This record gives sequence, structure tokens and C-alpha cells, in this order.
Amino acid sequence: MSLGPEASITDETIPPTADAAEERNRGEQAIAGRSLKQIAWRRLKKDKVAIAGGIVVILLVIVAILAPLLSKIWGHPIDEYHIDQIDPTFGTPIGSWGGISRQFLLGVEPTSGRDVFSRILFGAQTSLTVAFLSAFVSTILGTVFGLAAGFLGGWVDSVISRVMDFLLAFPQLLFAIALVSVLPPTLLGLGSRWSRVLVLVGVIGFFGWPYIGRIVRGQTLSLREREFVEASRSLGARSGRILFKELLPNLAAPILVYTTLIIPTNILTEAALSFLGVGIPPPNPSWGGMLSDAVSYYRQDPMYMIIPGGMIFITVLAFNLFGDGLRDALDPKAR
Amino acid sequence: MARKTRVLAAAGVAVTLGLTTAACGGGSKNDDSKGGTSGKSQFNAAITGVVNPSTAKGGTLNLWSAQDADSWDPARGYYAFVWNLNRLYTRKLVDYAAQVGKDGLKLVPDLATAEPEISADKLTYTFKLKSGLKFDDGTPITSKDIKYGVERVFATDVISGGPVYLKDLLDQGQNYPGPYKDTAPDKLGLKTVQTPDDSTIVFKLAKPSSDFLYVLAMPGAGPVPQKRDKGAQYGSAPASSGPYMFKPGGIVPGKSASWVRNPNWDQASDPIRKALPDAINLTITTNQDDLDARLIAGTADIDVGQVGVQPAARAKILQDPTLKANSDNPISGFLRYAGIVQSVAPLDNADCRKAIIYAADPTAMQAAFGGPVAGGDIGTSMLPDNIAGSDPNFDPFNRKQGKPQPDKAKQALAACGKPNGFDVTITARNNRTTEVKAAEALQSSLKAVGINAKIEQYDGAQQASVTGSPDNVKKKGYGIVMAAWAADYPTGAGYMQALSDSRFIPANGNYNLPEIKDPSIDNLFNQAQLQTDPAKAADLYSQINHKIMDGAYYLPIVSAKALNYRNPRLTNVYIHDTFGQVDFQALGVSDGK
Repeated sequence: MSLGPEASITDETIPPTADAAEERNRGEQAIAGRSLKQIAWRRLKKDKVAIAGGIVVILLVIVAILAPLLSKIWGHPIDEYHIDQIDPTFGTPIGSWGGISRQFLLGVEPTSGRDVFSRILFGAQTSLTVAFLSAFVSTILGTVFGLAAGFLGGWVDSVISRVMDFLLAFPQLLFAIALVSVLPPTLLGLGSRWSRVLVLVGVIGFFGWPYIGRIVRGQTLSLREREFVEASRSLGARSGRILFKELLPNLAAPILVYTTLIIPTNILTEAALSFLGVGIPPPNPSWGGMLSDAVSYYRQDPMYMIIPGGMIFITVLAFNLFGDGLRDALDPKAR
Repeated sequence: MARKTRVLAAAGVAVTLGLTTAACGGGSKNDDSKGGTSGKSQFNAAITGVVNPSTAKGGTLNLWSAQDADSWDPARGYYAFVWNLNRLYTRKLVDYAAQVGKDGLKLVPDLATAEPEISADKLTYTFKLKSGLKFDDGTPITSKDIKYGVERVFATDVISGGPVYLKDLLDQGQNYPGPYKDTAPDKLGLKTVQTPDDSTIVFKLAKPSSDFLYVLAMPGAGPVPQKRDKGAQYGSAPASSGPYMFKPGGIVPGKSASWVRNPNWDQASDPIRKALPDAINLTITTNQDDLDARLIAGTADIDVGQVGVQPAARAKILQDPTLKANSDNPISGFLRYAGIVQSVAPLDNADCRKAIIYAADPTAMQAAFGGPVAGGDIGTSMLPDNIAGSDPNFDPFNRKQGKPQPDKAKQALAACGKPNGFDVTITARNNRTTEVKAAEALQSSLKAVGINAKIEQYDGAQQASVTGSPDNVKKKGYGIVMAAWAADYPTGAGYMQALSDSRFIPANGNYNLPEIKDPSIDNLFNQAQLQTDPAKAADLYSQINHKIMDGAYYLPIVSAKALNYRNPRLTNVYIHDTFGQVDFQALGVSDGK
């Protein structure tokens, strides 16, 4: 991931340079009065690829939320065995294409005959929950610490910057594996599934914050020397006002962009952890776990590897395209 | 046959399944035919007869393995294939006959001239050694070498990893520390083994044990020349008493082992070994798929691990009639089962335990372990088919038909006073993918009758302290414990005693998972130890098996099998029932290469 712009984003107070074509159109008087949001939205709308990515993301979120309903209508319960769909000798689905049929829309799992369609839906739930919540954790931590480091400077900056360096160099995956095997299977009275989601959110979110923290710190460093901050300060504004009313609104764009861009990274990390066997405990499905199971059957039943692999691919691609489009829209100077 | 894990402190114990993930071997079980009949290569031919019988000598046997030996030191190895390969270079007083089928379970005199003289009180065993026996360096094998080999087993601080039955049976309060700390000048201070002369050895037991000869047939009871013993390092160049010896520098850990003919071995003195090839090489790889490809291509002769080919090769072999004719699917002697722990409520009630057994889906759990070929036959009781006293038709819970029986499970739940089911925890070892899959299958079928199970995975290496500790099991509420077990020697006691005898419940490393405390079972084991007639002992073991199943203490899952491929150029191939593997010492090569 690139570390993104060091230069400031377009300033709220400076109106964007009007386009020559727009200048000629006298009907649109409101150009000068448009907010950053409106400008960004106009740019985003023109970016067909980003919009497509955004639509896929929204669809995935809807699918994940409606997973129990959809699997009830078109699928089977995630832990229901259909051993009659499985060739006993080879353990692979009897039907061709991984057992895809009207009854099993995406085929069945080798050796057990569980419905892949339902498992993909519930896997989406897991993947997206972990990815969104851990991105949220990273963003909160990254913004707070990045802002503090950039604004306060001095020893606070040094300490926070060193901690960020330390975390970026930390073997996150290995730590997660070790942590998951030490922690009890259920926490805070949650079921085993959501306890593990909580652990994954904690680990992935915690190790993700320096990425955002560094960007916020850099932006803060440059913004705090700007005239509008000086003006505000000379008028007697307190630090709190400067932080939350002057700096934070200007940081919103890069924070939003990088949050969108760490979500796909988080999905991949979650899949990797599930693949390594420290993800969501069975029988709850996860895409990485399905891929890991598919390894021993990929020659006889490639569909079982293609489907979760394809889902991870599509999801990550959609988030990345959308995130890139968002960055272009919010911050056209950063190319 | 056991693998390297911790062994119980008491005698008569088998050890759990080893490190391989694939299932263990298998084969049709209706084979009462006495061996040596057939000859042609066909599917499962090596289970009932000898494939390609031949006496042609010469050539090099190319053995392969996906796993290194735990140790080539006869007293330190515990893997089944290592015990099997020990037959190449370690002779014992008695060893398993080189026969196919149930005849292979019999012991025949090897270094001894004949069966031992057993005193009337069944406590003293006297063996006479054959004359002219020599180690590979030409020094004679005497009774003192055998005693020294036995003594090494006592030095558990140096010689670790192997079975310690000999120590349990022969120490008898002497606290003998092993030869390395022995104060006697000749280092032969163990009192219960005496060597009145170089060709006589006398063992004295504290109480009768019909299993004692089986313990003497383990590699650890083989002769070790005191002069060549390098303690823990002995496994890097062990002496040979058999037809093959390690080539100097022939042991490269993690890579290979090679044997050449032992010039001082005398064929006439050996009723067991054929010694056909001129040289034997074992190559160790970490890539099981590559190994499978080599087997099919014919550049590897046999996989000594004998735990079955990977799914890809399995499909290839079974779909091609020519390849299939070169494969066997024997039972390995491993039983996979779940212990239903009595100390966890409501499983103290036999009806609740029965509900679990009835609710379990036999086919789904079998499929999780790899199906009928790679996984094994649906388990019906707690005595595997290769052990005398087992009865394949004994199916008290009607599991063989393959379907779960939710109606019966609900009846049992009602009888238990939990008509709406209950909560229970299933444990599975996280390094055994198939075990976790089987636990999921069990969870799913229990749900159908209202029993809510959650699966707890734990590190299989910690087994002795996690599921092997009755206190921990009770504290954590592990109601259903998935496990696997094979006998160290093929008798009912060798298999079931550690699983069901109330005197075998140590604080750590317990394998009597349900904590069966039934005096009548203990008593039957006592009677069996006194019984020298194998048929009568088998009858006693059959009764124990019935009692275990009556109590619904265990859910038998599968009697493990494996699909193994043999190179068509191999001669004298047959499955040895003791190991559930091909008898490696009998193999030869037909093309002389």
C-alpha cells in the first residue's frame, strides 16, 4: 500500500478552479458554491470502474446481511450433511462441476455434502464483519494517535512514531496464530463464532492502525502550519477546537480513502488466518477455511477451490477499485 | 501399532496414532484363507495371499517414505513402519511369523532354538539360543547381549521414545536405572533376567502374563553388543543381527537409510527372513504427492509409511484397472473412536451415552475420515478385526447399515431424562484435519436430536495433559473425546486394556477416556493374563468387548484402512496382519535391478 499524499488535499476555503467548459455554461451559477463533497461525488460518478466496484461492495454487504434469509430460500443450513451427494470412495461430489445443481446452486463440499452456496453467504458475513470492524478499529486508533503525534509533536510524536515503526515491523500473522491458540474459545459470553471474530477484529485492527496513523500524522504536520490554523489560533481558539473543527474535517478525505483501502487487506488477512486454521471455528464457514479444505481436492473437484477463491478475488478487487476511485475523486492531485 | 507418544506407566498398553494425517490402512476382512495361495497381482491380492511368490535373489529394493524414522535404535523407535523395518536388522528371541493373514500374528522362535520353557507357576521363562549366531562384525550373539538390550530399555533418561513394557514387567521393585548407571562391573545388574551361560537366558516375572512373549518380540528386546553401544547415539549406527546391516554412514537423518547384506547372517538359522535383494535403500521425502507419482511411475517400490496415497493418486489408482491391480486396501489395526466421558454430566447416565451413539451418522463420519477406502470400515465395536476375539458381525448399535437412528436416540434421551437433549463438548486434535471434520459431522448429526455440541480443538501434541488428564477433562467438561488407537501387540489386552481397565487411569496420559471402572472388566483382564490358550483368551476379550459396548462408553467410528500401491516388479508381497502393512523383509525384486 502506498503511503499516499504528503501534500494537503484541496482546501475547503479555496474554490476549485472552474473548468473552461463549465465556465461557458452560464446556467450553472452554483459552481463556486459547491462543497468538497459535491465535487468529489461528481468526479466519482464519472469513474465508471469505481462505481461498478461500489455496487459490488453494496451487493456483498446486502448478501451478507441477508445470508440467513437467502440460504433459507435457495440453500440448506450450513451444517446440514448431504452425504448422498458425495461419492463415498473419492469423497468428491457425485454431480459434475462440484455438484452444482438446482438444489445446490454452487455445488456441495467434498466429503460432507454441505451446501457451498449457504457456506459462501455465511462466509461473506464473517469476512465482511471482520474486515469492516477491524478497519474501524484501525481508523479510530490511527486517527487518534496520528493526530496526537502530528499536532503535539515533540516527545509524543517520537514515542508514537517509534511505536508505529515497531508495529509495522511486527510479524502480525505469526502473532495472531500464537494469540488465537492461547485465548479461550469463548469470550465475554459470546458464541465461539463471534468470540473468534472479536479476536480477529482485535488483532487485525490493532496491527492495521499505523498505516492510517502515519498518513494522519503527515497530514496533520503540514496542516497545522497552514494559515487558517494560524488564524484560528491567533483568534484565541483552544487546541480542542483547532483539532476537531479545523484539522479533522480536512483529514476526513484521506482517512476515508485509506479506510476503504485497508478493508480488502483485512479480508485477505482474515482469509489467510482461516486458511492457516486459526480463523473461524467449525462448523461456521469462512472463505479462507474453504480454500484450505479445497487444497486436498483441487484436482478432482476444482470448483470447490474456484468458488471461495473467486469470492475473495471479486471482493478484494471491488473494494480496491472503489477505494482507488474514491481517492481520485477526493484527492485528484495524488497520482 | 503404536507411534511415538508418551506411553502409560503400566504394562499392557498401546499407544495412540502417530503424526500422519492420512488415514491408516485397510482391506477386506473376510479373509480367513491361509496364506500363500495366490500369485497374480490384483486388487487386495496381498491381503489374502502372496503376490508374485519368488525366491530369486539380487537387485536393489527402493523403499520410500514421507516421514523419517523416529529412531533406528531398536529400543527408541515406536513408529509401526520402523518396527517393521527393524525386522531387517534386529532379530529377537521370538518374532512374528512371515505369514499372510492371521498366521502372521503368531510368534515363532527366532534367536531362540524353540519356544521357551515356562515354569508351572508361569513366572519363569527360559530360552536357549541357537548356536553360531553372529552380529554383523562377526562377534557371536550371546545371551548377555540380549540381556544388555533389555537393560537399555530401563535407561529411560537416555533411551527415550520407545515402549517401556519390559521395564514395567521386569523391574519388580529393583529400581534398576539402566546399564549406564549400573554399578555392577559387567553392567548386567538387572536381577530378574539371568544368563547362566552364553546360550541361556532366564526371565522371572512377578505375576503371570500371557502377553510377555509379545513384549519380547518388540525390537527393544533385541540383542545389543555392549561394546558398540553409544547410548542415545546408538541409533546412528546400530549393530545388526539380521540379514541386512546399515551401510557405513548409511543413515542420513531426514534423507535416507541404506542397507547391504550382512555377511555374518546365516540363512539356516533364520526361519523368518528371506533376504532376497542385495541392497535396500530408503529415501525420505517431504512431498507425499511426489512420492505417489514415483510409485505409479515405478521409480519407487513401496511407501513404507503405508498410510495410503493422497486423494489425487487415490482417484487415479482406483479409476485405472491396471493400477488398481497393484494396490491393496488392508485394515491397519487402527480404530478411530470417540470416548464418551462418564465424569461429565449427563453422560454419567448410560442412556444419554447411547443417545449419542444412535444419533451419530456412521456414513458422514466415515466420509470425513476419507470414505470406505481411505478412511475405513464403519466401526461397530471396540476390538479391531486383526485381533483374536473380534467379531465383525458384532454390531450392537446397528451402525453398519450406515444411517443415523434418531428415533432410537430420542428414546434413549427420554430414558435418560433429557427428552429435549443437552449440551456437550466434543474435542478434536487440531493437527488432524480429518478428526476435526469427523467432529463436525458428529456435531451436525447430534443437532438433529437436540443435542447441542460445540467443538473444542486443541494441540494434538498436548494430548496427554488435555484429554489425557481426567481432572482437566472433568473441569473443562469434555464430554466426547475423539481419539485413535492401535495395539502394540495383537492381543485383546494389548488393544483394550489401556482403554477400559480401571487400573489404567493415570493422572496424565490417560487413554481410558470414559473412565470405565467396572470390576468385572478388570477381572476378565486378570483371567486373560493367566490364560495360555489363545482361543480361550480370545473368548475372554470378546466378553470384555461386549461389556464395553453394553456400557456405551465408546462410539466406534471407523476401523481404519489405507490404499497402498506396490510396484509390479516386487515379489513376495503380502500384508502382515501384525503391522497392517506389507512385510518389508520378505520383498524381492523380479527384474534383478
